Amino acid sequence: MATVAISTYVFEPKDKVENFRGKQLLYIGWEDHLMYCAPLAFPFPGAMPFKAILEQVLPGCYGAHPDFARVDWSTVEWFKSGTSWHPDYDKSIAENGLGHKDVIRFRTPGLNGINGTCS
Amino acid sequence: MDMEASKKKLGLKERYNHLTRGLGWETTYQPMEKVFPYTRYEGIKIHDWDKWEDPFRLTMDAYWKYQGEKEKKLYAIIDAFAQNNGHLGVSDARYINTLKLFIQGVSPLEYMAHRGFAHVGRQFDGVSARIACQMQSVDELRHAQTQMHTVSNYNKYYNGMHSWRHWHDRVWYLSVPKSFFDDAMSAGPFEFVVAISFAFEYVLTNLLFVPFMSGAAYNGDMATVTFGFSAQSDESRHMTLGLEIIKFILEQDPGNVPIVQRWLDKWFWRGYKVLTLVSMMMDYMLPKKVMSWKEAWEIYGEQNGGALFNDLARYGIRKPKGWEQASIEKDHLSHQAWSTFYNYGAAALFHTWTPTDGEKDWLSAKYPDTFDKLYRPRFEHWEQQAKEGKRFYNGTLPMLCTTCQIPMFFTEPTDPTKICYRESDYKGDKYHFCSDHCKDIFDYEPEKYVQSWLPVHQIYQGNCFNPGVDPTVPGFDPLRAVLDYYHTNFGRDNFDFEGSEDQKNFARWHGDDAGGA
Repeated sequence: MATVAISTYVFEPKDKVENFRGKQLLYIGWEDHLMYCAPLAFPFPGAMPFKAILEQVLPGCYGAHPDFARVDWSTVEWFKSGTSWHPDYDKSIAENGLGHKDVIRFRTPGLNGINGTCS
Repeated sequence: MDMEASKKKLGLKERYNHLTRGLGWETTYQPMEKVFPYTRYEGIKIHDWDKWEDPFRLTMDAYWKYQGEKEKKLYAIIDAFAQNNGHLGVSDARYINTLKLFIQGVSPLEYMAHRGFAHVGRQFDGVSARIACQMQSVDELRHAQTQMHTVSNYNKYYNGMHSWRHWHDRVWYLSVPKSFFDDAMSAGPFEFVVAISFAFEYVLTNLLFVPFMSGAAYNGDMATVTFGFSAQSDESRHMTLGLEIIKFILEQDPGNVPIVQRWLDKWFWRGYKVLTLVSMMMDYMLPKKVMSWKEAWEIYGEQNGGALFNDLARYGIRKPKGWEQASIEKDHLSHQAWSTFYNYGAAALFHTWTPTDGEKDWLSAKYPDTFDKLYRPRFEHWEQQAKEGKRFYNGTLPMLCTTCQIPMFFTEPTDPTKICYRESDYKGDKYHFCSDHCKDIFDYEPEKYVQSWLPVHQIYQGNCFNPGVDPTVPGFDPLRAVLDYYHTNFGRDNFDFEGSEDQKNFARWHGDDAGGA
């Protein structure tokens, strides 16, 4: 039994994808830039182009960091659940194999936060 | 029939025995396990409930007498505080934010503890255990009330305290203490007493009450010191009682040991995660510091806690699994926590700020291995940005840990520059955690935590807007809509301390317009 309980104990998950009104959750973290204290959570439609994240979403989220303007997306290293991963920027989120509550991170070589302290 | 003349008055011990033994009975119309249905499914075996003894042997008359005296003293001081404008006597208006955190995050837990102990005070088979839990239930209600009454004086003058009960069930960071207690309340009665007696009364009381009350004393807040004292004698009784309960369970059956060990592993970690809020209170929020979080952890965690586990070793109990990690994190916890609230200061119902130069130097001295290297540059950057009129706010909601519900800001135990990511798959869905120990807790009882009410996800599901709000209209501002749903006084409860109404009022009350009034 998946919970110590007095009788049958089965519940619907609170965060199943159906509850997000046509969207799915995607978490994104920027490595070595802990001025942003934690990875960010986003509700995106699966059909949204991956490129739109880079061009339309992240600048509004991370733009206040002095490193962000120098990010070169062609040299960025990506990780999905911690392992190396290569998204196709021209394809959609779903076509890139990203499911509900997947977590991706990007590393920007040469950019290591404020004074190189990973902040 | 003539009444027989009563014998001499009963002594305290006899009265205690009558209360806890003489009034109990074995039921006959219904089997005991139907009258007490919750005390078997957790796997704990109790062979003789009479072995359970309240170390204080408190009877009801003695209990009312002691508590009544404490109440009289407390309310006399609260009255004096109100008449003498006690709200002006604190070191600095920044101090008030620790009280906000307390009334928002801690006092509701006192009330939940009252409810929880009332519940197990009915459910345990043994009378003496029931009586002790009932008394503790009344204590906890008293604590909740005295805290409300003490803080209500500040609420007349400062922001961020007006709707704490409403906030407790809704606000993103308050889901951390709330989910901690809900987790215990929804467990069986044995897990509840181990969880609360150990994690809340023992781990948290030492590291929460002591820093809060010394912080209050250092910063001129005599009202809070007084409710601290008023509660402290109850807390020592609860701690002793809590240890008694754990020892009683361990002595009853060797099969109970691994179950209790698992609960200690789990609840140490749950309690420690809630203490994250205390760490930043000590290091960043108190204008006059008492001691650093690191020092407090060394004294109250490592030394006192270490002694406790040495004491329990004879039952086959070892230190909780997360123990070493907590010690590794003591150099980082408060800095990372305060950075997080600084990030989300627009959505917090207390004020945030960057430390002053003197405070930064204090932090460097207390954290020689980490502050200058990792955290000072961050705060200095933010300070500079604020001076240029670009106070940094993180406008995007963070990823949360499914178990402790804290934003995923904790770093790897082996590398303070890398966020610690852990995940599990359960029935086709992914779940994310801030640490190995939060993941372990989930993996053991996933069906419980798939129900976690994670504030960020609830906001994205559209469940945190007022009725009638349409998130599809052009120009919709989701943050503002969520803060309306929280009943925030926008612009007064939230944002930076610099420029806040609290800051301006405090300066004005002291005849100093430097606050910019």
